[in-house]
Amino acid sequence: MKKITGFVITDILKNKIILVYTIVLAVFSWSVFSLEDNTAKGVLSLLNVVLLTVPLVSIIFSNIYMYNSAEFVELLVSQPIQRKTIWVSLFTGLVIAMNMAYLIGVGIPVLIFVPDMTGMIIILTGMMITTIFISIAVLCSILSRDKARGIGIAIMTWLFLTLIYDGLLLFLMFQFSDYPIEKPMAIFSALNPIDLARIMVLLQVDVSALMGYTGAIFKHIFGTSFGLSVSFGLMLLWIMIPFLISLQKFKNKDL
Amino acid sequence: MIELIDIKKSFGKTEVLKNISLQLDAGQSIGLIGPNACGKTTMIKAILSMVIPTEGKILFNGNNIIGDVAYKNHIGYMPQIGRYPENMSIIQVVNMIKNIRKYSGQIDQELWYAFGLDRVSDKKMRTLSGGTTQKVSATLAFLFNPDILILDEPTAGLDPLSAEVLRDKIIKERKKGKLILITSHLLNELDELLSHVIFMQDGEIILYKTIEDLYAETGEAKISKAIGNLLKSIMK
Repeated sequence: MKKITGFVITDILKNKIILVYTIVLAVFSWSVFSLEDNTAKGVLSLLNVVLLTVPLVSIIFSNIYMYNSAEFVELLVSQPIQRKTIWVSLFTGLVIAMNMAYLIGVGIPVLIFVPDMTGMIIILTGMMITTIFISIAVLCSILSRDKARGIGIAIMTWLFLTLIYDGLLLFLMFQFSDYPIEKPMAIFSALNPIDLARIMVLLQVDVSALMGYTGAIFKHIFGTSFGLSVSFGLMLLWIMIPFLISLQKFKNKDL
Repeated sequence: MIELIDIKKSFGKTEVLKNISLQLDAGQSIGLIGPNACGKTTMIKAILSMVIPTEGKILFNGNNIIGDVAYKNHIGYMPQIGRYPENMSIIQVVNMIKNIRKYSGQIDQELWYAFGLDRVSDKKMRTLSGGTTQKVSATLAFLFNPDILILDEPTAGLDPLSAEVLRDKIIKERKKGKLILITSHLLNELDELLSHVIFMQDGEIILYKTIEDLYAETGEAKISKAIGNLLKSIMK
């Protein structure tokens, strides 16, 4: 398994896109912290970009990479290797390469400028988000043999989780603003990994105090160490479930 | 060595394999022939568990191949259309497969040199012509001295000289008592290679005979003519 993961990582690194991605993330992170003298503000700006671009790049790059690996996979399946090993190696290779890009691009500046709990949470949630979207991308790639359709599904998923989901929540919030909907809202937000990541970071920078009663509820639910572990647990589920479904599908796939 | 028991496979609504049962043994050299889309490649891919049968089971030396991969160490497979990672060079592909196989015996590089792949080993797979890709596939199939050779249209796309090289190699390996399974449309070139013939049509095995029986029954001395004769009598 190590060998195939190694092949995948070298193959991805040879592809210059991951390098460009690292540089873009680095340039952005450094400039955000250099321009803002208030690190909390810097964290917020960084958060917005991280939550928009990291999922997008992770899901599209991984999805296309999976489609381009079709030949590689076919070659390996005819050899004495378990299908599970092939699939897990591909996934692991993508996870290591993309997370390395994130750690170098965002991790290093964050550790320098925000060397506290907030910084750690940003780095951790960013890595989780990267891995979650790779997992979703891998699932999308096996749902359809047609590349255009697979990439379409991936983009739609990204769009749904970053924009449409929040829009729906906002809509519901206005519709039911006369009722005590804070708790259901908190739960619904927790089901979307991007919202979850945002809440986890926001609670760390303590701007939740500005969000009134809702902020207090969120703080009450997610602010405790129990809430934090549940949040990470949910993110882990977001990684595991799509990947395990894709693995199951791959085991029965005809090549 | 390989036994297929009641294998069925459908892709959506199309039934590609209908109840195939088959026993293949060491020392046999079998020609798998039949019209396009009769299920030859699907059957071969099922043996390699690249295609998962809808029903039935496949035994390798008596053991079900489901969940097993070690049996593929005994098989050299040459696909009809070899598909390889495009950015890898020929030598990288070969080395990768060597790496994965963990084969400790003598590597068989005869075809590697006979095809002159050593002179173009740095070329990327995407730049190769169809024929050269076939040469890489053939080299990989024979590289680990496997007991079983499964060759899907081995000479399609090869120039006459290279096809001859491959033919000689197949005959040589056949003499070592290996099980060889070849699909081909070019019946003329199969004459000296085979001990048995399987004819498939619409996902079913129409006949499975030794060459001697085939010749005796039809009174012909060429596979192409014998099969033609036999088919005419079956179709009537």
